[in-house]
Amino acid sequence: MLIELKDVCYTYGTGTVYEVSALDHINLQIGEGEFIGIIGHTGSGKSTLIQHFNGLLKPTSGQVLFEGKDIWEEDYDLRSLRTHVGLVFQYPENQLFETDVLKDVMFGPKNQGLSEEDCRARAHEALSQVGIPEDLYGASPFDLSGGQKRRVALAGVLAMDPEVLILDEPTAGLDPGGRDELLREIRFLRDKRGITVLLVTHSMEDVAQYAKRLLVIDNGKIAFDGAPKRVFSHYKELEKMGLAAPQITYIMHALKERGLDVDLRATTVEEAKRSILLALSQRASEGR
Amino acid sequence: MGEISLGQYYPTNSILHRLDPRVKFIGTIVYIVSLFLVSGPVGYLCAALALFALVLLSKVPFRFILKSMKPIFFILIVTMLFNLFLTPGEELAHFLIFRITREGLVLALRMGIRLALLVMGSSIMTLTTTPNALTDGMERLFSPLKLIKVPVHEISMMMSIALRFIPILTEETDKIKKAQIARGADFDSGGLIKRLKSMIPLLVPLFVSAFRRANDLAMAMEARCYHGGTGRTQMKPLTYAKKDYCAYLITALFLALAIIFRVKGW
Repeated sequence: MLIELKDVCYTYGTGTVYEVSALDHINLQIGEGEFIGIIGHTGSGKSTLIQHFNGLLKPTSGQVLFEGKDIWEEDYDLRSLRTHVGLVFQYPENQLFETDVLKDVMFGPKNQGLSEEDCRARAHEALSQVGIPEDLYGASPFDLSGGQKRRVALAGVLAMDPEVLILDEPTAGLDPGGRDELLREIRFLRDKRGITVLLVTHSMEDVAQYAKRLLVIDNGKIAFDGAPKRVFSHYKELEKMGLAAPQITYIMHALKERGLDVDLRATTVEEAKRSILLALSQRASEGR
Repeated sequence: MGEISLGQYYPTNSILHRLDPRVKFIGTIVYIVSLFLVSGPVGYLCAALALFALVLLSKVPFRFILKSMKPIFFILIVTMLFNLFLTPGEELAHFLIFRITREGLVLALRMGIRLALLVMGSSIMTLTTTPNALTDGMERLFSPLKLIKVPVHEISMMMSIALRFIPILTEETDKIKKAQIARGADFDSGGLIKRLKSMIPLLVPLFVSAFRRANDLAMAMEARCYHGGTGRTQMKPLTYAKKDYCAYLITALFLALAIIFRVKGW
């Protein structure tokens, strides 16, 4: 197992009047090359959870293992862990600070202790992967557009060549075009580099389209863990948690209720189209 | 999350919390003035008793009052030591180059007690008044200064905004720090120069975001036609109640008592 969480609890403000339990006995195993979507309503503990994967937060109790080793053992090198597990925070463009784009992306590799040349090569590679054209490398990161800034920030993490990439709502505030492009790039990275991706999002549609496994966090606990289609079949329970299944799920259930024999597990527009056309042609042939 | 406390306000519901901030502000000033008026042991005893009564009335746990002493503890000790050793007068004891005089001992004790009571006394005000109520109260108290063209409203608005931004910027700092740590930044090791340099990835984004937020706020205020203090009314104007007048009376009596103590030298 790549990452393993054993009985992890996390409490904010331990020992004060403001004590809040954010994670409650989380057990979780993440294998190499997985594409996991993490969903939960605001304050469910998803941001707290992902900060445990690279040792930014120390669990109040329980263990976090990376490649079988407890990351909170005394002589564990947390800084090297953070180069293996890349974490892209919400609105990552707020972390840009350098005078030009290339230098900013080189910040991570430099901290890894790589030579200037290697840093540059890594930065070039990462920037081309997120689709930043070369003539922008010398520009100030503060002069870029919102979408470009976000890509540069993403490249800043990619340049560290992580095995695991965690993204906290990477598409928040992007227009639909930018959103699809960014997610496609992330999927491409996973397919090409074989990295493990954890994607925190609010969009069920994104999860349905990209993730192979879905974690639903509710109130600091894992409510569901499984293939997105299986999880979405519990859409009534999801609604109680303040979440919802993809719109397609609702349409398919409504069609079924009206007597059209469609596949309820369809979650994307493409799947739904196929299923509906199939059901319609079946009905037509039966009618004859 | 939840850990960031604004100032040192202790939320509870006591008679002191409900008093008008203006009363508390003037009361605190009177208390500080009287600490410097009295100079005898009886006077300090009375001041200490008054403080004790206020703490009981405020329902704030005593350890919170003591906590306010923490930042000035060092200054307090140094002041006392200087007074103890450097005051000329009748010698009581000496070792090496240090001489302790009778006058020095008295002065050191007086200074120590004064400072301690002063800090604890003013901490009662900050513990029982929200920063916003305090700026409101100060705005009203200083509003006569408008006559000599002091922009009282603007100053108090700036204070409120500054106070409001403290928790936001604390949170922001925490976020950026974590993001840079995730990129392998190291804030805790190395020499002074290296550490200062390592602050750049933290400070630049912080300033950028502070400016952006200030800009956004200015726009939001403009959009709501904010144009400073002239003709502006308050949503919850401060009004004195009976208890506030009582508090003023007690404050005045306290001041009178302190003046009597001063004259009599108690």
